[in-house]
Amino acid sequence: MQKWKVLLVDDEKEFVSALSERLMLRGLDVRIAFSGEEALGSVQSDPPQVVVLDVMMPGLGGAEVFRRIRELHPNIPVIFLTGQGCSVDRRQTVPYGAFECLVKPLDIDDLIRTISSAIGLCETPALLSE
Amino acid sequence: MKWLKSLSLLDFTDKGDSPERYALLRRNILILMVIVTIFPLCFMALVNYHQYQKALREEIVNPLRTLVNKTKHSFELFLAERLSTLSLIASAYSFDQLSDENTLTRIFAAMEREFRGFVDLGLINSAGEQVSYAGPYDLRGKDYSEQGWFHEVQVRGSYVSDVFMGYRLFPHVAIAVQRRGPDGRVWILRATINTEKFDDLISSMGLEPSSDAFLLNKSGVFQTPSKHFGNVLDPFPLQLPPITYEANVIEEKTPAGKGVLMAYTYFVNAPYILAVVKPQGVILKAWYTLKSELFFLFLGSVVGTLLVIFKLTDVLVRRMRECDEKREAAFREMQHTHKLSSIGRLAAGVAHEINNPMAIINEKAGLMKDLMEFIPQFPEREKFASLTDAILQSVHRCRSVTHRLLGFAKRMEVQIEELDLNETIHETLTFLEKEALYRNLDLRLNWGADLPRIVSDRGQLQQVALNLLNNSFAAVEDGGVVEVTTWRKDARTVALSVRDNGCGMSPETLRHIFEPFFTTKKDSGTGLGLPITYGIIKKLGGDIEVQSREGEGTTVSVFLPVQMQP
Repeated sequence: MQKWKVLLVDDEKEFVSALSERLMLRGLDVRIAFSGEEALGSVQSDPPQVVVLDVMMPGLGGAEVFRRIRELHPNIPVIFLTGQGCSVDRRQTVPYGAFECLVKPLDIDDLIRTISSAIGLCETPALLSE
Repeated sequence: MKWLKSLSLLDFTDKGDSPERYALLRRNILILMVIVTIFPLCFMALVNYHQYQKALREEIVNPLRTLVNKTKHSFELFLAERLSTLSLIASAYSFDQLSDENTLTRIFAAMEREFRGFVDLGLINSAGEQVSYAGPYDLRGKDYSEQGWFHEVQVRGSYVSDVFMGYRLFPHVAIAVQRRGPDGRVWILRATINTEKFDDLISSMGLEPSSDAFLLNKSGVFQTPSKHFGNVLDPFPLQLPPITYEANVIEEKTPAGKGVLMAYTYFVNAPYILAVVKPQGVILKAWYTLKSELFFLFLGSVVGTLLVIFKLTDVLVRRMRECDEKREAAFREMQHTHKLSSIGRLAAGVAHEINNPMAIINEKAGLMKDLMEFIPQFPEREKFASLTDAILQSVHRCRSVTHRLLGFAKRMEVQIEELDLNETIHETLTFLEKEALYRNLDLRLNWGADLPRIVSDRGQLQQVALNLLNNSFAAVEDGGVVEVTTWRKDARTVALSVRDNGCGMSPETLRHIFEPFFTTKKDSGTGLGLPITYGIIKKLGGDIEVQSREGEGTTVSVFLPVQMQP
């Protein structure tokens, strides 16, 4: 069984570290990035199965990162995180291929379920065994 | 023009919005318009009146005047002729010749033949003694020295007498001329004529039967018979008119009280007044008709003008007022909306700012819980579990608050969507739950079953619900009842009602509740809640009804179409 490879991107370091630890406790393989640039570098060097991306980030914003990821790796599903509520961002992103949008503070089980269905959709049935 | 401005009739201050300024404006406009229309009208009416009067009078008066002048001229001609006859005889014959009665009689006979009307002829010496006489009476030797005319004829050289009754009891006039002989002797020739010619001259005037013409003497005694006022030598019943030697026309009243026009003139060389009396009623009927027509026309015009002015001014000022009010209301509404949208943006900002730290707390506490679960021998496990659960619960509460806040803020834009009325209204209740709890309000919710989903704007519906609920909460005492009910009214309509058992409203208040700025809350309240609600409901194609009884409570019912009509 292969662990699900997830990239977490958010400029709130405490948030990212706590969440990544929780996900790892649940058996996921988690990479983290604290900025858009770091995220892109990580995607290039070690492409994940899912990217969990915060919308509001200084510097390279979430939308721009998403666009670039789409360009480089269109098969990787992206899940957005937002503190502002999803409907505004949903209008901007889902039509363009974002998989889902979740509101902070998160429900961890919700996130696991979303990651699972994102990976489920994009992976071949053989790898879905776990 | 400064003084005109200082009257400030049209000055319309913007200070305050009291109803008095509209009443003032109305009054000022009325005054101005009345002045501008009625004064010229009056002026013209008066001018016309006088013009007509003048014209009509002249039309009637001038012919009369001319007639009197002509007739007087005829009279004077007649008298002058007769006097000339005497003069001629007096010049042609000497005193001695005339003293011979046969000569005198012969002359008199010739006179009578040639000139009709002579009654007698006499010669009087300077002592006043009738020396010779030709005529029907026996007057030879009569002494005239004491008589007034005798002196007068000596002074003036000729004389015409008033009418008097002769011996045969018909009216006479005496005329006389004085002659100075070459020997210096003064003597007088006197003749009497009857007044037949006078009557002829008068009838030749050709007056209508209602008119009356006659001669008077300077004492007001009739010299010729009058049709209506008396016979010869009767006194004239009216006052004598002022002296004038050119014909003049005056208005008089008969003894019976009828108005008449009197045209008259005094004679220069005879002691007479010629007068023509015409009843005014006959002549001036045309004038009176015209006068009353003119009057009614004027009256009608004035009334009509005033009616129009008043009505117009009323409409004008009312429209102005409505316009001003609408403008104010629109402005206030815009301000209100602006305020709301600012709040919306603020809410969004705040929520977002809170959510990030919340997310951190959530994950950290979650991690603590996870670690606890994954490590089998965790000391004080239960205590830790309850602590982290408490933290996570608080995070959850915050989450729902910010979620609601964001939801509310987002609904500023109009978004038509299909929605569940019960769910939409229920959302707004969450805002008021706390207040209901603290005040012990009995909040009864009767969500209608089988309500169809409706197509409408969620944000606006929630605004409406919020407004109605706020009003009810404000109306009830602590412990009061607020009941929310939804039901399906008919195939195309759903209904929502908010009932409370609060203070209620009087019929007077009910009349005004949808008026902008009308409020019974003294300090708080913009007075715009219900007007805005009304506006929203109407825009959404629905209806709103209010029932209330003072002291008992209020029920507001809102009806919404299932499908909004385009």
